[in-house]
Amino acid sequence: MLDRIVGSRRAAEGNGHLAVEAGLITDATQLASTRPTPWQTVQTARNIARPHAHDIISRVFDRFQELHGDRAFRDDPAIIGGIAELGGRPVVVVGQQKGSSTEENIERNFGMPYPEGYRKAMRLYRLAQKFHVPLITLVDTPGAYPGPEAEERGQAEAIASSIQLMTRLAVPVVVVVLGEGGSGGALALGVGDVVLALENATYSVISPEGCAAILWRSASEAERAAVAMKLAGPDLLDTGVADALIREPAGGAHTDHDATAAAIKTALIAQLERLSRVPVADLLSLRYERFRSFGMFVEPSGGTAPAPPRPWWRRILRNPLPKDAL
Amino acid sequence: MRLRNPFGRKTKEFPSHLWTQCPSCGEMLFNKQLDRNHNVCQKCGHHFKLGALARIDLLADAKSFSETDADMVSSDPLGFVDSKPYPERIAAAQAKSGHKDAVLTGDAQISGIPVVLAVMDFEFMGGSMGSVVGEKLTRAAERAYSARKPLVIVSASGGARMQEGTIALMQLAKTVAAVARLDDAAIPFISVLTDPTTGGVLASFASLGDIILAEPGALIGFSGARVTSETIGEKLPKGFQRAEFLLEHGFVDQVVPRSQLKERIAFFLNAFRVAGQDLRWSL
Ligand SMILES: [Zn+2]
Ligand SMILES: [Zn+2]
Repeated sequence: MLDRIVGSRRAAEGNGHLAVEAGLITDATQLASTRPTPWQTVQTARNIARPHAHDIISRVFDRFQELHGDRAFRDDPAIIGGIAELGGRPVVVVGQQKGSSTEENIERNFGMPYPEGYRKAMRLYRLAQKFHVPLITLVDTPGAYPGPEAEERGQAEAIASSIQLMTRLAVPVVVVVLGEGGSGGALALGVGDVVLALENATYSVISPEGCAAILWRSASEAERAAVAMKLAGPDLLDTGVADALIREPAGGAHTDHDATAAAIKTALIAQLERLSRVPVADLLSLRYERFRSFGMFVEPSGGTAPAPPRPWWRRILRNPLPKDAL
Repeated sequence: MRLRNPFGRKTKEFPSHLWTQCPSCGEMLFNKQLDRNHNVCQKCGHHFKLGALARIDLLADAKSFSETDADMVSSDPLGFVDSKPYPERIAAAQAKSGHKDAVLTGDAQISGIPVVLAVMDFEFMGGSMGSVVGEKLTRAAERAYSARKPLVIVSASGGARMQEGTIALMQLAKTVAAVARLDDAAIPFISVLTDPTTGGVLASFASLGDIILAEPGALIGFSGARVTSETIGEKLPKGFQRAEFLLEHGFVDQVVPRSQLKERIAFFLNAFRVAGQDLRWSL
C-alpha cells in the first residue's frame, strides 16, 4: 500500500496545482522579499485583534456545535471543541481559545490550557476516531498553564497522552497553527498528517522571553532569542515543522478575519479531500514517518538507520495525488 | 564521579575532592563511600544525582550492557548562538561529562531479563533532549519493538534543548510515537524518573510508561518551580513537584529507593514477561 502511494506521488511530480489553488506557500522563496523580522512576527502572532479559534470556526465551518467538559473534572474554557460541517461533511474541530479582550482573556486563561483542557481534547479526538470523522485542530497558545493546580492535576501527563493519542488516531488529522505555537502545550494539539500555519504564526520550544531569560539571563534579549530560535513562518518551512503556510491578508490576519478564514477554509477542504483518499493504515505510517524524520545529527560510523536527508512528505503536499490514483 | 559541595563551602578539613556534604542532613560524606552507596547518603538516605555509567552499573547485570548508536553527535540545525555557539557548548559538555550527548542507550540484562536500556545523564547540558537524545531513544524503542524486548528508560532532564529550537520540540512527538508502538504491541515500557525530570521529557515518553517509578525526593514537574512560583506570585509549598507529591497526586506508581530499584524493575518485567508465556494466565 505504501509503495503505491510512493509510486503515484512520483508519477504526479511536477503537478503543483494544489499549492497555487489553495493559496498555500510551500517554499520560503514564495514569500515577499521584504519580510517582517521574527520579533515582528511574534508581535503579530500575539496581536489581540488576530482571529482566534472561535472567529475562525464560525467563519470556516457550518453548524458548529460546541461540546463541553473532560468528564472528570471540569470544562476548560482555554480549549474549545465540537462537531461541525466543512463543505457539507462532518468534522471534529478542537482549538485553543485566546480572548479578544482583557476580560475574555482572563476567562480563557490567555489560551493556556489546564490538564482538563487537554483531557477534553482527547475525549473529542476519540469521538472523531470512533465515528470516522476527520479531525481539525487549531493551535494558538503561549503554552500550557504552568500553575500549581495544573501540576497537581498532571499537566505533563495530559500533554504526553494527548500527543500519544494523536500519533495513532485512525482518522485524517489536519493541524492549523493560527497564532502562537507555544511548546509542548501546542504540540498536544499539533500532531497531524498535515501541519499548516498562518503566514505570521510562530512555533517554538519556549517563548523568546523564556529562552532569553535562561540563555542570555535577561528577558530583554527576547528579540535576539526570537531570531536564534527560528520560530517564524519561513523557518518553519525550512525545518519542516509546517508543511505549508496559509497566506494572510496584506496587513496581517487581524486586519481581515473573513479573508483569513476563507484562505484557511480553502486549504482545509483541499487537504481533507486529499487525505480522505489515503487508506488509514497508510495515513498512520506516514504520520509516524513525518515526526520520525525530525532531527539533525552526525554519525561518524555511518549509523544504523540514517534519517532521510529531506522530509519527502513535503513533496506530497506540492504534488497531490491525482484523484484516480488510489 | 566528582561531586561538588552543594553549599560551595570549602573547608580545609574537608577538601571537596574527597568529601561531600549532604544537603539534606549536613553530614560530611566520604566520596569513596558515597560512590559505593550509589550516591545515597548513608545517614539520611538523600539521593544525589547519579551519572549514566553509574546508573547502568546499578541496573544492568555485570558486563551485560552493550551500547548502541554510541558515536551519534549533535549537529547544529539552527546555527544557534547565544553567549556561545551551540557547537562549543556541545564540545564543553562532552569534555565535562565524557559522553557524546545526554543519553546512553544499549542492550542489557536486568536480573537475567534481556531489555533495551536507556539512561539519561543530567551532567550533559542538563540532560536536555535535542535531536541526538530523541533519535537514540526512538531507535531504542524501535529496537525493543522489533526484538520484542522490554524498554527501560531512566530519565534525568531539564526538558527540551532550546538550542535546537522547534526541532527539539518535535522530539517529543517522535519519542512518544515510538513508545506508542510498544503499547500497541504489548511490549512493556518501564519509565524511571530521577532528579530532575521536568519539561519536555516529562511531557512526552517519560509520562507514558506502563509502570512509572520515581526516586525519593526527585524533582518532577512540567514547569520549572521558578516559573510556577512567578505565575502565582508566591512561594510554593514544601515538597511541591517532588516524587512523593506525584505519588500522592496519582502520577507515579511507586517511589522506590535506589537500593531497591533493580529488583523492583525485575519484578515487573518478570510479571509482564513476553517470552515466558507458560507463566501467564490463559485468558
Ligand atoms: Zn495537592
Ligand atoms: Zn544526608
